[in-house]
Order: sequence, then C-alpha cells, then structure tokens
Amino acid sequence: MAPAEVVTRAVRSGELPLTSMASAENEACAVRSVACPSQAWRLQKVLCGRCGAASCPSQTWRPGGAGRGGVRMGSRADGPRTSGHVTGKMAVFPWHSRNRNYKAEFASCRLEAVPLEFGDYHPLKPITVTESKTKKVNRKGSTSSTSSSSSSSVVDPLSSVLDGTDPLSMFAATADPAALAAAMDSSRRKRDRDDNSVVGSDFEPWANKRGEILARYTTTEKLSINLFMGSEKGKAGTATLAMSEKVRTRLEELDDFEEGSQKELLNLTQQDYVNRIEELNQSLKDAWASDQKVKALKIVIQCSKLLSDTSVIQFYPSKFVLITDILDTFGKLVYERIFSMCVDSRSVLPDHFSPENANDTAKETCLNWFFKIASIRELIPRFYVEASILKCNKFLSKTGISECLPRLTCMIRGIGDPLVSVYARAYLCRALLTEMMERCKKLGNNALLLNSVMSAFRAEFIATRSMDFIGMIKECDESGFPKHLLFRSLGLNLALADPPESDRLQILNEAWKVITKLKNPQDYINCAEVWVEYTCKHFTKREVNTVLADVIKHMTPDRAFEDSYPQLQLIIKKVIAHFHDFSVLFSVEKFLPFLDMFQKESVRVEVCKCIMDAFIKHQQEPTKDPVILNALLHVCKTMHDSVNALTLEDEKRMLSYLINGFIKMVSFGRDFEQQLSFYVESRSMFCNLEPVLVQLIHACVAYCFITIPSLAGIFTRLNLYLHSGQVALANQCLSQADAFFKAAISLVPEVPKMINIDGKMRPSESFLLEFLCNFFSTLLIVPDHPEHGVLFLVRELLNVIQDYTWEDNSDEKIRIYTCVLHLLSAMSQETYLYHIDKVDSNDSLYGGDSKFLAENNKLCETVMAQILEHLKTLAKDEALKRQSSLGLSFFNSILAHGDLRNNKLNQLSVNLWHLAQRHGCADTRTMVKTLEYIKKQSKQPDMTHLTELALRLPLQTRT
Amino acid sequence: MGTALDIKIKRANKVYHAGEVLSGVVVISSKDSVQHQGVSLTMEGTVNLQLSAKSVGVFEAFYNSVKPIQIINSTIEMVKPGKFPSGKTEIPFEFPLHVKGNKVLYETYHGVFVNIQYTLRCDMKRSLLAKDLTKTCEFIVHSAPQKGKFTPSPVDFTITPETLQNVKERALLPKFLLRGHLNSTNCVITQPLTGELVVESSEAAIRSVELQLVRVETCGCAEGYARDATEIQNIQIADGDVCRGLSVPIYMVFPRLFTCPTLETTNFKVEFEVNIVVLLHPDHLITENFPLKLCRI
Repeated sequence: MAPAEVVTRAVRSGELPLTSMASAENEACAVRSVACPSQAWRLQKVLCGRCGAASCPSQTWRPGGAGRGGVRMGSRADGPRTSGHVTGKMAVFPWHSRNRNYKAEFASCRLEAVPLEFGDYHPLKPITVTESKTKKVNRKGSTSSTSSSSSSSVVDPLSSVLDGTDPLSMFAATADPAALAAAMDSSRRKRDRDDNSVVGSDFEPWANKRGEILARYTTTEKLSINLFMGSEKGKAGTATLAMSEKVRTRLEELDDFEEGSQKELLNLTQQDYVNRIEELNQSLKDAWASDQKVKALKIVIQCSKLLSDTSVIQFYPSKFVLITDILDTFGKLVYERIFSMCVDSRSVLPDHFSPENANDTAKETCLNWFFKIASIRELIPRFYVEASILKCNKFLSKTGISECLPRLTCMIRGIGDPLVSVYARAYLCRALLTEMMERCKKLGNNALLLNSVMSAFRAEFIATRSMDFIGMIKECDESGFPKHLLFRSLGLNLALADPPESDRLQILNEAWKVITKLKNPQDYINCAEVWVEYTCKHFTKREVNTVLADVIKHMTPDRAFEDSYPQLQLIIKKVIAHFHDFSVLFSVEKFLPFLDMFQKESVRVEVCKCIMDAFIKHQQEPTKDPVILNALLHVCKTMHDSVNALTLEDEKRMLSYLINGFIKMVSFGRDFEQQLSFYVESRSMFCNLEPVLVQLIHACVAYCFITIPSLAGIFTRLNLYLHSGQVALANQCLSQADAFFKAAISLVPEVPKMINIDGKMRPSESFLLEFLCNFFSTLLIVPDHPEHGVLFLVRELLNVIQDYTWEDNSDEKIRIYTCVLHLLSAMSQETYLYHIDKVDSNDSLYGGDSKFLAENNKLCETVMAQILEHLKTLAKDEALKRQSSLGLSFFNSILAHGDLRNNKLNQLSVNLWHLAQRHGCADTRTMVKTLEYIKKQSKQPDMTHLTELALRLPLQTRT
Repeated sequence: MGTALDIKIKRANKVYHAGEVLSGVVVISSKDSVQHQGVSLTMEGTVNLQLSAKSVGVFEAFYNSVKPIQIINSTIEMVKPGKFPSGKTEIPFEFPLHVKGNKVLYETYHGVFVNIQYTLRCDMKRSLLAKDLTKTCEFIVHSAPQKGKFTPSPVDFTITPETLQNVKERALLPKFLLRGHLNSTNCVITQPLTGELVVESSEAAIRSVELQLVRVETCGCAEGYARDATEIQNIQIADGDVCRGLSVPIYMVFPRLFTCPTLETTNFKVEFEVNIVVLLHPDHLITENFPLKLCRI
C-alpha cells in the first residue's frame, strides 16, 4: 500500500509541480529570500505566504513557483520580469471583493416591478405569494421538530389503552425465556422455510420438531416424579467399602429397583424435572457402561412409566420428547451391543444384513431382551420399551419387525387415556418409519395412506424408494383419492431429497407419463408445478424445455393459465432458481413462450421482477450476449410499461433498481458504439423511471469520459470535457464532473501555440482565453471536493495557466488573471449568481466561512500581484498602449468587483487610472464614459464612496 | 487370579432334546501351569418337589420335602491327574442325552414347588494344598415335539355381572359387558397366547385389564397330594378406561423356564391357567379363569 501511495503522489506532483507540500515551503522561502532579493513581489508573497502558511497550509498555489526549489527559480530569473521596477506602493494590495446583491442588480436592470395590491387579479398570485411564504416558514421553523413534537404530544387512544395494562403484553413481558426462545425459534424456522420456499414443502424432520416441542410446551406448574432412589444410594457408596459390602449394596440396590422403594418427588419445577430426567439418562448410560443391563432396563421402564401420568397436561409433549430421548438412547445401546456381538474378528456385519448373518449368541441375547420385555407388567412401559428396541428384530428374522408392528399398534388400544395413546402411536411411527413403509406397501391400494406416508416421512426415505412409490401409485385405485395428488406428494419429496442417480430419468419419465395425461388443467398444473423442481434439479435444459412445452400445451387451451397464475409463477421461480446462467436459461426455447402465458399485467410484472432479481443476484460478469439482452430488455420493458400514475413510489424504486441492475451488467467492452446505442435504446424504453434515466446518464457520462480522449481536436476535447462536466453536474454526478474538469485542466498544457483552422495556422491563445473564461464560469458553481483543499480546481487551473508557455508580447495571461479575479470575487459572495438545481455550490457548503474567504482573498492578492507585475513589464515604449488598455481593464475589474471603500484598493484604482492615461494612449471617450458610469453608480445607495473616487480621477486632455 | 474353570456349551441357547448329544468344552485358564488330580464332568437331571406350607405344616414343608427324583446322571473323567500348561486349555466333551429304563427327560421347568433342572458340573481335584475347583452350568432340555396333530381350541367368553360367581351383593355391581375370545386354550409354548377383549359397555370406568398367568403344581406324596396355584406373571393389556367397542388384543408370551408343556406324571403335575383380570373403579375385581394346555410342537 505505502509504496503505491508514494508513487501516485510523485506522479501528481509531477503533473502539478506547484502543489508542493507546505512543510517544504519554509525552507524554500529562506533560500529564495537570499537568492532573489530583487523579486520583491515574490518576497512579499513569501512573507505573505509565511504568515499564511501556519493558518492555511492548504494554500498551494504560488505563482512563479513559490513552492518550488531554488533551481527552478533561478531559471525563471532570466525572464522579462527581472527588469521590472519595484515600487513598494504597488506591492501590497489586499483584495476586498465588493458585496454584490445580484438580485438587486438584476432587478435594477429590468423594468420596475409593480407591487401587486391585495385583491388585484393575478392568475399566479395565490401560488407565488402564499406558497413561498409558507415554504419559508417551514424552512425556518424546523418542520421536523414540530412534527416530532406533535407525534409525541398527540395521545394515541389505542396506545394509551394498551400501555402497560394490556394483559397480553404483560404476559409477554413476564413470559419465560423459553417461550421467547420458542417464538424466536419458530420465526427462524419460518425464515428457513421461506428460504426453502422453492422447495415448497412442509416436511420437517424430527430433530426440528423436537426442539420446537420442548420450547413450546412448558409449564410453571409443579410436577412430580416417581423415582427409585437407587442412583443416589449408589453414589453414596464410597470406595472404602469392603467388597462384600459392595456386593450387598448392589443387591440392595437391585432390590430397590425390584420393590417399591421408589420415592415420589413432589413439587418439582419444570427445570428440576428436566434435570431429573437428564440424570436418569445419564445413569442409564452409566449403568449400561458398567454392564448393569438389568438396571438399565429398569431405568427405562421407570422412565416410560412417567408417560402414563398426564397430570400437567401442557407439559406432556415436552415430557414425551425427553423420555423418548431416553428410550432412543436405550434402543440404540441395545442394538449396538447386539450388533457388536455379530462382529467377530473375521468380518463386520454390513448395514443391511439378514438374520442368517447374525450369530447365535447375538440372537440369543436379542431373544432374551424380548422375553424380558414381554414380561414387563405394565402396559405403557412394555409398549415403549419394546418399540424402542424393535429394530433389534432384524437379528431374529427378516419379517420380525413388520410382524410386530400390527401387534404393537393394536396394543396401543389398551391405553385408555387418549392423549397417552396418541403419543404412543407417534412414538411407534417415529421409531419405525421403514417398517411402516413395508407395511403400507403390503396394504397397498390405499391411496390415502400412501399420500400420508409420502407427506409425513423423511424425504430421503421416500426419494430412495421413488420407483417403488411410482409402482404403488400406479397400482392403487383412484377412487377416493386422486392419483395426481399422490404424484404431487412424491414430487414434493423428490424436490427435497435426491433419488438414486440411476433411477432419476426413469422416475421423471414414469411420473410425467401420468401427469401429462391429466385432463383437468388445475390437477395438471398442481402436479407439474411440483415436478418442475425435480426436473430442474437433475436434468439439463433439454428436459426442462420439454416440460415447459408440455405445460404450455396443457395450459393454453381455453386460457386455462388464467386460473393458474400462482402455480405458473412458481414454475418460473423454480426454473430461475436452478438456471443461474441466463444464456442457458434463455436458450430454453419454451421459456419466453412460457412467459407469454402471464397475460395479466400484475402477474406478468411479478414474474419479470423475479427474473430480474435472479439476474442481478446471479449474473457475475457483464454481458453482451444478444439473447440475454433481447430477452431481458423485453422483460424490463414489461416492468417499465407497468408504471403509471398510480404506481407507488416504492414500486417504482423497486422496478428502477431492477432495471438499473440490468443496465449495469451490460457491457460491450471496447465497442463503445454498441454500448451507446444500447443506452439510447434503453433511454427510449425506460423514460418513465427517473432513477433509470439517472443510471443511463451515469452510463453516458462514463461513456463520454472514455470517448473524449479519442478525439483529435484539442479544443473540441476541451469543450467536450467542459460540457460533459456541466452535464454531469446538472445530473448531480459530482465525482464524474470533477473527473471531467480535472481532465480538462490537465489537457490545457497540451494546447499548441498555433492551431489549424480552416487550413490556416492561427494562434490559439484567443481560443484558449475563450475556453478558460467559459470554464471559470462553470467553476463558480462546482462544489469543492471534501477531500481536496479549498478551491482545488481553481488552484490547479491557475498552476496550469502559470506554467503554460504564453506568446511573448501577449497579454492573454493577464486577461485570464483578470477573469480569475472576477471568478474569485464572485466566489466570495454570500450567494452566488447562479446555481444548479440540487447541487450545493461552495456558497452553501462553506456558508461564507471566514477561512474560506481568507483563502479566496489570498488567491486574489496573488493574482493581482501577477497582474501588476505584468503591467510593470509593459513600461516600454512599444508596449505603452497595451499597458494603458490593460490598466484600464484592470481598473474596470476593480471597479466592478472590488470594494473601493478599502483605501489601498481605492489608491490602486486611482493609480491605474493614471497609468491608463499616463502616456496619452487612452481613449478619451472611454475614459469619459467610465467616469460617467462611476458618477452614476455613486448615486446608488452604498456606493456613495464612489463620489469621492470620481473626484480623484482627473480626465487627461490630449495634449 | 489363579485358575479359572469354565464350561462352554456349544449351543448358545443351551437347549437340547432327548437323544441329542450335549457337547461343549471345558476351559481351564491360568497364568501358570496347573497341577491337578484329575478333572471330571457330571451331567445331572433332577426333579425337585417341595410341599407347600399350605398343604402340610411349615416344618414339614421345610424338612419333609419329597426326595428329588433323578432323571439322568452320568460322570466322565475328562483328564487324568497331571498338569495343565499355562494359558488356556480347552477340553471338548460330549454327552449323549439318553435315559435309562422308562425314565423320561422332562422339560426344564423352574417353578415354586416343582423344579426340573439339568446341570453340568465340572470338578477339578487338586492336591491338598489347593482347593478343588468346581463349576456348574445349567443346560436346558426341551421335550420332544408331541405326537399327534395340534388342534386349536378357541374359546369365546362374555363377562357380565350375571356370569360372575362368588359375588356377595350382585345388585351393588355396576353394569358391564365384556366380550372376547382366546384363539386357543391349547397353546404352543413358543407361540404367544392371543385373543381379543372388547369392552362393549361398562358403567364404571375401567382401571386396568390384566392377564395373569398361573401355574398349578400338584405334588403327590405319601400323605396324599398338594395342589398349589401361584402367579407366574401378570401382564397388563389395558391401562385406564379404554375405548368401548374397540378390541384390545390379548397377547402374552410364555416366559421361558417358568413354563413348560403341561406335564402329568405319577408323582407330580404341572399345569397352567390364565386369568383375565378386570379392575373397575372404584374397587371391583373381576376374574375369568381359563385353563390352558401347553404343548411343544
């Protein structure tokens, strides 16, 4: 970073040698004052600079290279100025600009304004008078404060009612963090789901549900728990116990479990309860790890017993979750243990093993568990524990699980409490998805069941069995539950999870074969919509195209699409979500025809918005692909054309944002012609949206900036830079404007002395003068860049002018300086002569800040010194006439812009007057007219001092 | 650690039938070499009968238990006195399960008053300084499948206040109607007892429905015989006030060891029954008894 900075700085100082650092200045001053004592103006300038240096380090412009080293100055010392006479009188002239009241001056030049009496008819009166007045009031009497105070002072009847006393908000305030977490959780899940809206499924895995239940079903009621105290006793047993004692305690412990040394813990808070259950979970694991299988089983039985207690019903779901967690743990432990028994040194059992692979020991152990569980006295624990290890049936027989399932299901009938029994069923479903599936398969023909299975089971589960499902769907009879809903459910699952690679195409073919035969367009589209996702996910544009074509074919007759816009919209969304490469997307032949189905404007615009949104999101590289451009222009045009007088601002902003996003991504590289013509086309298309036009202007401005350097004519370039800068300024593109102006400034040194005009070589100075004057007028309103110094553009321009090699014997430079003086005077006004709408010029930026004015005045002084210096060099015979006219013009400038109440300035003007007439070169008539003008001006208020001045200006008669 | 003696029976479930060969290994493991005076293996099968305190006096019950009936007993010398090397030594063995005379290999049964048990005992005799080592291990005998065809014998039942016996105040009973069936009272011991129970109606709320498996053991002795019914297990099939009209499955697995095919010998009998126990609120207990016949096929 640092080296780069140094380089740029060096470059900059190379370009603009005068913008040296203030720190280097003092040193240079010292050298200079010794080396060139004769250059009084410089010395003074230096003095001036020295005193100013502290206060205004940013003042960088020093004519004659005040900021430069002595070497360069030495070279300059050979110039014509060395011969000039120095008169102390003329050396120091502080500039004081006259305060101008542009409005008054302007008014005085016009016809007198007749005040309108009240009641006089004037068509514009109510607007001009009242409106402006209220506006002023508004501006001065800070609208914001009144509005805010009003909003706070006006009592909202609703809020006052709700304030504090609202039971809901009170509830919310006291709600425990769990509820809060639940709310947050659900909102987060909602968001997640929104994110997954492409998927469009309401499927949730157990893990999700679990957290949700725990957070949602809470209680503040006291809970009780029936527990054996065995675990505590076990802990109490210390290491010092003798072996026999240990054995005894263990036996007692077992007895504890056996017999009812259970203790009912009452008055537990929810947290206590959860902790207890967590303890149980831990002691289950401990027991298992220490090979106390019976104890483990007992813990599980105890836990599942808790599920028969529904006393605090609102907590039951959470209890269910907690306890089934324990059951799951237990089931896993048992399964893993038996599984590990099958693993001997020779081989590891595959995941999908058959009972024959399991060895006898494992089978025996497994059988033992089942026998043990079968003898559990109470129904509910017996059910839960058996369900939890049901998976172990795999070790015994292939069909074991599916045989157990109906039995367990029926067993639930024995549970009298409906809540408990429903939860028991839920557990069974959870534990045994796969086996349920097999069973459903056997039951067959039950479409409703099949649908429930597909909508409730894990998507991965369904997806891996897609072919089976398709088979089943085909076989089941349609009475009662239509097939298209089944296919829809299947499609939803496939959107969530991927089927095996090998089956994919076949699945699509099979499914679509059925879908395409659906007669009812509504049925068809509901189904197709879901399957589009799957198609997009796994297949290429060819298949997608086919699907889209099919949809078009089905939806076009009888304008069926009119009833199915939401679904069609979803299809588009899904397609877009999967095709991020828009060149591919638009090469899907049926995509645009598909868009044509959206004939209702609002829907059409929505779809267009989606497309553009996706484009902006996914298009990384600028594009010039004609297919994309054409299609998207069409899309944007659709959006744009929807704008009318009733369109909300927000909507407009959104549309503009989207269209702008598109315009930004279009680039033809070096082919500027194409680029421009694209902009032109865009302009004609999107003329109703202001932000888009602004964007286009930006683009065009950038285009100008790039294109101008390619032109040959130097003045063409200069003028174009100026104009483009003005245009940029007019469109509030400030940085672009700055860039243009800087470019113009850096181009000035390149202006040759002679230019070819109509085949003749002519000096360029007059053209340059004209350009610069024009430029100055613009510079008046260019606001300063916040990161650059005060008036940096003016300074840079002055540097350039200073360094430009002017014709010998030409006064152009001085004329330019005079103009600069005008500019600076104008700049020191409180309010500038003109402004650009929406652009804050320096007057409002600095607000007449004294530092700014001081800077300004210093510049003026330097410029004046330059002028005076030049005047002195003209004190030769052949130049006297030039001196006279130049002096007079300077006099006029001071008269027009300077504050002549200042003595020194006054004196200077008198001197100039004399100078102009000294050698009889002045045009008497001009002098007379000037004097008359002064006298006339002196009659104006505030100008009385001119009377005195006029007295001091004698008219020299020609001798 | 010393020396460890273990018997490993070849079959994981340790189940053998008459006529089969019981095989396995005796495992001797030790860090050092083991001096011994011979290792022998004994197979023994006995029926232990005990008189219940109810049928005879307490003391008689304790002391005058009927002499155990020996079914099978044989000993083999596995290893002659010598020395086992350090490490693990496995000595295979085989016992043909043949009975002498007209004795029958009854099925293993662990009851209260009747116990039929088969054990393998391995003894390692050692020098005077070291204790003899003994290891006992039970193995299980299943009787041979019964000849003849198995015919299920379904039973339907209806329980109402009117069908009850042994009721003091029939009028105080709440009205109820329970219907159901057992798929068979002839049960295969490896298959569960199945059936259905429907609560058609009940004025009182149901608290619980249970299946009570009962063993009825009869021991004959000089003074006559003693017949005792005790509970083996109690399985709840309905908890709480179940849905009316919806059948609740009757399902009970016969526990191993604690049940055997119904057995009738000259000295003792082992029979089984099931009680369907319905508990009504507030405090009514209704029992319906079904004798079972268990068999093995």
